[in-house]
Amino acid sequence: MKLRVMDKTFVFLTGLAVLIILALLFVILGNIVANGWTRISWEFLSGNPREGMTAGGIFPAIFGTALLVLLMTIFVVPLGVLVAIYFSEYADRTSTLYRWSRSAVDNLAGVPSIVFGLFGLGFFVQWVGRGVDTVFFGGRLAFGQPALIWAALTMAVLTLPVVIVSVEEALRAVPQPFREASYALGATKSQTIFRVVLPDAISGVLTGGILAVSRGAGEVAPILFVGAAYFLPHLPSKLNDQFMELGYHIFVLTTQSPDVEATKPLLYATVLVLLGLTFLLNVVAIVVRARLRVLSGAAR
Amino acid sequence: MSTLARPITPLEATDIRHRRIADAIIEKIIYASALVSITIIFLIFLFVGKEALPVFTSAQVHQEVTLQKMILPQNYGSPEAPVHYMWQPVSQVPKYSLMPLLLGTLKVTLMAMLFATPLSVLAAIYCTEFAPRWIREIVKPSIELLAGIPSVVLGFFALIVLASWIQEIFDFDYRLNAVNAGVALGLAVIPVMFTIMEDALTAVPRKQRDAARALGATPWQIAWQVVLPSALPGVLAGFILGFGRAMGETMIVLMASGNAAITSWSFTESVRTISATIAAELAEVVFGSPHYHVLFFLGTLLFAITFILNWLGTRIVNRLRRQLSGAVV
Repeated sequence: MKLRVMDKTFVFLTGLAVLIILALLFVILGNIVANGWTRISWEFLSGNPREGMTAGGIFPAIFGTALLVLLMTIFVVPLGVLVAIYFSEYADRTSTLYRWSRSAVDNLAGVPSIVFGLFGLGFFVQWVGRGVDTVFFGGRLAFGQPALIWAALTMAVLTLPVVIVSVEEALRAVPQPFREASYALGATKSQTIFRVVLPDAISGVLTGGILAVSRGAGEVAPILFVGAAYFLPHLPSKLNDQFMELGYHIFVLTTQSPDVEATKPLLYATVLVLLGLTFLLNVVAIVVRARLRVLSGAAR
Repeated sequence: MSTLARPITPLEATDIRHRRIADAIIEKIIYASALVSITIIFLIFLFVGKEALPVFTSAQVHQEVTLQKMILPQNYGSPEAPVHYMWQPVSQVPKYSLMPLLLGTLKVTLMAMLFATPLSVLAAIYCTEFAPRWIREIVKPSIELLAGIPSVVLGFFALIVLASWIQEIFDFDYRLNAVNAGVALGLAVIPVMFTIMEDALTAVPRKQRDAARALGATPWQIAWQVVLPSALPGVLAGFILGFGRAMGETMIVLMASGNAAITSWSFTESVRTISATIAAELAEVVFGSPHYHVLFFLGTLLFAITFILNWLGTRIVNRLRRQLSGAVV
């Protein structure tokens, strides 16, 4: 009899934990949606900030974020795909290269985002950027300062594990007979991979890219010192321009606004835009991945 | 049949040779890309560490700060009322005690783990042992949704909304404190821990549960005395990785902790963590100054600690994965 009470209590407690987590999620999302959606308008999405950010829109921040993640994708997806191909198709599981690179990717995923910021400043801005200036610009300051391209490269390093994991999973889901059939027709290994295996795993590449974009759009700490700007009168047009970014915009408005109450409505709306953007990307990634599972299941 | 047996033409021979060369080149490129992933980790260590090195070697830096000054108690107050530890890099006498920052990081991380661990463990047990299918179908995407919330948004929520609620409930003196930052941080850590722990619990073989049930164990006894002990390494790995994530998280603590470098064990006072210190101070610091190098030293420290935690955590997870794929269940 005593046990039965214990059982019920325990099931109740564990269920309560789930309920608390779901409730917290619901409260956060509900609070942001309820306070944010009234201020969302075309004018807000397409306009420039005005009157010390208490009025107007956030277009420069949206534009900067889009540009940042686009550049980042160009850097991270090809490299991520190549490493994933190595893991899935080429690697000898017992080799030193495999164990070291696997461990490197695992650990890269756990590096604190602020450390990426330090790395971006120390490596890309101070070392690569200065180097470029010395070699190509005769020492004139052009790339040796915080800039869009350094932020995109820093973000690419941060999102690399995301792409690798996703692409590798998709490559492994490609049935072995596909490869064997290709070899039987006389194709070489690289032909097999790039014309048979990779096209079949394309949704994994897509998912990886989307998840990386979602992650990149939400991270602020890595770009604090490598290119994000508080306010710019012009949109970025060159690789070495600074840029405004949604997450950074939220951070600055929340912590450094002279009048928080006045900026609050716009702030909520900005948060909702960022949240909507990352969620939309995540949902698309989940759908694409689900389709991949169905398709690869049907093939076998 | 005769077409297959014919000798290959010179043109085809060239084609085959070209394909072989292309194949070899592509293979080299792919191996090189694996090498790049290793290089990146080394570059991070190298370039963050390089800027931290002057803390140990530069005489110019030593005029302002040494390792002893950062670790050992100093007296920054008066002889009657000594203040042993203080972080105040921008002042007449720059003060660089790491103690308030280390303590702050520890307090916030502990608070986050205190909040997130029970919730994650219990929720994971519920999902693997008791939950009907439809609840699991809701919980999993919800956790992914929670993981997808950018940390700056959690920081925003903690600063604008959560801080007021917590202050009202517990009647704290300071609105921004270790509890507020810890709870917000816990929200970011729950998805990490839940996912790993749920995997670990699911991986416990069905047979163990059946055996326990055959011996007359109740669901609670099965979950608590059979499944959980079996999955303990995985649960531990989840905790370690969650701890590392909580320590390194920046935006949430930067926004929600109040950022006052106070040396105290009280959770209701404002705290300043290592990550938040770097984020708040590096943008305004003079390039190459002692302060600049100390901030990189803090970054190296943070990187080293989280690196060890991650290495440990992933090692356990990978070993479990190998056992799973190797064992006949």
